[in-house]
Amino acid sequence: MFTKILLASDGSDHSNRAIDEALKMVDPYKDQVHIEVVYAVDGDQSKKDVLQYGDSDTASLKRKERFQSTIEYIEDKGLGADITILHGQPAETLIEYANEGDYDCVLVGSRGRNKFQTLILGSVSHKLVKYVNHPVIVVK
Amino acid sequence: MLTSSMKQQWFGNIRGDVLSGIVVALALIPEAIAFSIIAGVDPMVGLYASFCIAVTIAFVGGRPGMISAATGAMALLMVTLVAEHGLEYLLATTILTGILQFILGVFKLARFMKFIPRSVMVGFVNALAIMIFTSQLQHFENEGWIVYVLVAATLGIIYLFPYINKTIPSTLVAIIVMSIVVVSMGIDVRNVGSMGELTQTLPIFALPDIPLNFETLAIIFPYAAALTIVGLLESLLTASIVDDFTDTESDKNQESRGQGIANVVSGFFGGMAGCAMIGQSVINVKSGGRGRLSALVAGVTLMFLIIALGNIVVQIPMAALAGVMIMVSISTFDWGSIRNLHKVPASDASVMIVTVLTVVITHNLAYGVLAGVVLSMIFFAVKISKVRVLSLYMNEGQKRIYYVQGQLFFASVTEFQEGIEFNESDLVKEVVIDLSESHLWDDSAIGALDSVEAKFEQKGIDVTFIGLNGESERLLSKLGGVSKSSGH
Repeated sequence: MFTKILLASDGSDHSNRAIDEALKMVDPYKDQVHIEVVYAVDGDQSKKDVLQYGDSDTASLKRKERFQSTIEYIEDKGLGADITILHGQPAETLIEYANEGDYDCVLVGSRGRNKFQTLILGSVSHKLVKYVNHPVIVVK
Repeated sequence: MLTSSMKQQWFGNIRGDVLSGIVVALALIPEAIAFSIIAGVDPMVGLYASFCIAVTIAFVGGRPGMISAATGAMALLMVTLVAEHGLEYLLATTILTGILQFILGVFKLARFMKFIPRSVMVGFVNALAIMIFTSQLQHFENEGWIVYVLVAATLGIIYLFPYINKTIPSTLVAIIVMSIVVVSMGIDVRNVGSMGELTQTLPIFALPDIPLNFETLAIIFPYAAALTIVGLLESLLTASIVDDFTDTESDKNQESRGQGIANVVSGFFGGMAGCAMIGQSVINVKSGGRGRLSALVAGVTLMFLIIALGNIVVQIPMAALAGVMIMVSISTFDWGSIRNLHKVPASDASVMIVTVLTVVITHNLAYGVLAGVVLSMIFFAVKISKVRVLSLYMNEGQKRIYYVQGQLFFASVTEFQEGIEFNESDLVKEVVIDLSESHLWDDSAIGALDSVEAKFEQKGIDVTFIGLNGESERLLSKLGGVSKSSGH
């Protein structure tokens, strides 16, 4: 039974789709499930956010606010949820964080914001599948 | 600073710092040369500056993991000084800039950078990008079509090479490939060697050769002041970005002092003024750099490469450097600010645009910041002086209550008084003014309350002020003349 789920999100529609799939999957016992939404801030995002919000603290606050609706969406369905903001290169940071915790599974959308990059490089989800020590579910 | 944390800042991440330092050094070379050429000095001036600043900052900076060197923002401010007075005056200006920055750091004035609004910051970054771009246009003049081809090829390599390998800086690959192409095919275009001499020696200590008098100070001070502001602005902005990426704190005042010391050192060793670099710092932390060691390795590697490979560096075609600078300007520009232009308040958008336009017209980033700050202050005063006065009748028209929303001060009292109806019908016996959503700030506000009270009393209408907050109440009791009704 997957009760402790890590959801790697970049705030895109694909990540939100992953949430819906998770909800379907754990529906029979959903009141025991806790989803931790994890978002990793990379260098370019740092630059953009600091320019927009002035300093690192405000930027972090705004990021949490941005995910508030996602958290509420999950909680409305009767599951537990919270948001964790990580800092660093998305794939590496997410892998390290996931491997340190005892999650039943890690959930990730198949592609993020940049389609072109996914096509050529292989994506964050690809690296997660390879290096995370828990079951990884990639939602297409 | 605690010894243990100092040790952590230096040796907490040796492998990552050494590797990222080398990557940064490779990416720094083309930029340091290009920024020297923007400023109108020999490439060595920018290279010495980058070496001195990076190494000094490693020891005295406040933000481990951040890379400082010769930068475009600073180079752009020096153009007229170099053109009119020459290199020695630039070195003296660099030293003075360092002294000013150090003083600001000592007196902990870095926090005043908070008074620079975000829209001015964004305008600054965008203006910087535009200036770097336009400074490259001279390399297209009198060169024929081949230059366009070379620049396009450089940009192609810069943007496509990362799909093959992300560790080696694509700018360096582009520079090497284009140099080989130009030399081997014997294409006749300008190269670094035609822009100035590249000496393969370490920088040496020397006093700037200028007369030490008031006239000199009058020449260099305005430039030093502009460099001080712009340098600290970009450095503290970069520090915040590195703070955010690494999720750690940094000491902004120590960073100001460090920038100052670094510029003094740079000036005495024949380098131009510099500051932190957003692009290079992001490259550094992305490549795994976290500690002070990364900046030290970057500076030392840069100098080593120049001394070892100086003969090859002069062969780099200017077209390739122009390509690198165009990439720098594209990545410096805050494209999100254009996408969000219709979403942000019109006042913020116009502050950003005015900042950019001022820079583009005056060719001086400091003027742009000044114009942006002044305009923001005006907008702020206008916005905050908006007062809303609502009212309703009670007790069958015998009592009228006014609700005041907004700040009461010299700029807003007229609007406040206009919102109040003095020619009441005879029915009204009592007026209540509710100030619970307002705040009294100055003498004018108290005066306005007094005059409202006096006007109503002439007509035999009682006035009561309610809902004053503590600070407003204190001000009223201190300054209020005829207003006996305070506190009711």
